[in-house]
Amino acid sequence: MRSQNCYRVVIPTLIVALMLHMWPLPEWLEYARPEWMVLVFIYWALAMPEQIGVTVAWVVGLLLDVTQGAIIGQHALGLVIIIFIISTQYQRIRVFSLAQQALVVLLLLLVKQVLVLWVSGMVGQAPDIGLYFLPALTGAILWPWIFILLRDLRRRFTVSRSF
Amino acid sequence: MQPLFLQGPSVTFRTILLVVASVVVMVADHRWHALETVRGAIESYVVYPLRYTINLPSQLVEWGDKSLSSHEKLLDENRRLQEQQLRAQVSLQKLSVLEKENDRLRDMLGAQPKVGELVLVAEILAIDLDPYKQQVILNKGGNKDVYIGQPIIDAWGVMGQVVHLGGFSSTALLISDPSHAIPVQVSRSGLRSTAFGMGNSQLLELRYIPHNADIEIGDVINTSGLGGRFPPNYPVGRIISIDRPAGESFATVLAEPVAHLDRSREVLLVWHKLQVKDVKPVVQSDTVKGKKK
Repeated sequence: MRSQNCYRVVIPTLIVALMLHMWPLPEWLEYARPEWMVLVFIYWALAMPEQIGVTVAWVVGLLLDVTQGAIIGQHALGLVIIIFIISTQYQRIRVFSLAQQALVVLLLLLVKQVLVLWVSGMVGQAPDIGLYFLPALTGAILWPWIFILLRDLRRRFTVSRSF
Repeated sequence: MQPLFLQGPSVTFRTILLVVASVVVMVADHRWHALETVRGAIESYVVYPLRYTINLPSQLVEWGDKSLSSHEKLLDENRRLQEQQLRAQVSLQKLSVLEKENDRLRDMLGAQPKVGELVLVAEILAIDLDPYKQQVILNKGGNKDVYIGQPIIDAWGVMGQVVHLGGFSSTALLISDPSHAIPVQVSRSGLRSTAFGMGNSQLLELRYIPHNADIEIGDVINTSGLGGRFPPNYPVGRIISIDRPAGESFATVLAEPVAHLDRSREVLLVWHKLQVKDVKPVVQSDTVKGKKK
């Protein structure tokens, strides 16, 4: 019952996040665009690790690869690794304050970006490193707002009682 | 009966399995190009509806702009376009005579006649992709017989080629992407080279040009047609700087693309070899050096 209920909220938020990835931004903002999909996914993985685990992360990662025109599997690998870290540590991360959580999110986003960069480097398409990690920073700065928004959404639709 | 295993495989086991799966999928996609159909299917059934929705506001603005512009403005534009059309028509007359003459001369020489090209106008969707890749999404795909590797041009010159194909849209790689290379020829001297992208929409690099090669600033470079991917004689760029460092074996030659890579909204898809339908993309940086030089 509960697990059926949860996808009613999770799927629309993931779709919105995917659309924000593609939304046209002015050129100077493009390099700071946070990885919406990863942020939203981190929240759901923290809120209900039972339902949102590594397998779902992999599927969503493949979708992200196709939208971004990346090598299929590139973002999927990064997302699987950070969701694995969350699945072992979520009880610890949940009790952190919002600022501490933002720091953890920054680390997770960095891990994911390094993995993606590593794959790009291996196939000889390594991008310019200058602003490459800026999205992780903007993502961490936006984390408290994303957290509160998604928590309220989850409570309104009473997806799960925990967290 | 009690199920034998109450819990599924552990998280660690699943993670290891998925990491291995990711690596397999990446190799299959990048090395063997085996997943283009999967990519196409996801693109057309899942991603394209989202892309279409994102593109809607800009399309609405355009439509509003068209339907709200004043009568006078439209008349003005109409007059201007008619003038332009007249001028183009006049030069086309001369051109058709020249073309006939050329055909006749080729006939006399026994050379192969030039093949006509088929074009289709496509629109670039207002969608952002990875800012570190020079790619655009076009609103024509498999439904219009677009194929992977198809050249795209705009009104000024060559823009790039199609790399991924969806049912109703396609992804094109611009000539300025670091993983793209295009065989070119300097129109003045006939010197052949390859123009590599540099990740900047204003710059191309011509590699492997010796110091004493006949090349000057301001020279126009065209597609050479070698490699068979691009049709010959379309303008690609203009040489903007030549540096001949002593001690290096090749000169550093930079060119500026003539196509409006970051400004064009409408592009043309070109069919120059209609029978070729299943060519594999040769745009990855590690294969391109061997294949296109």
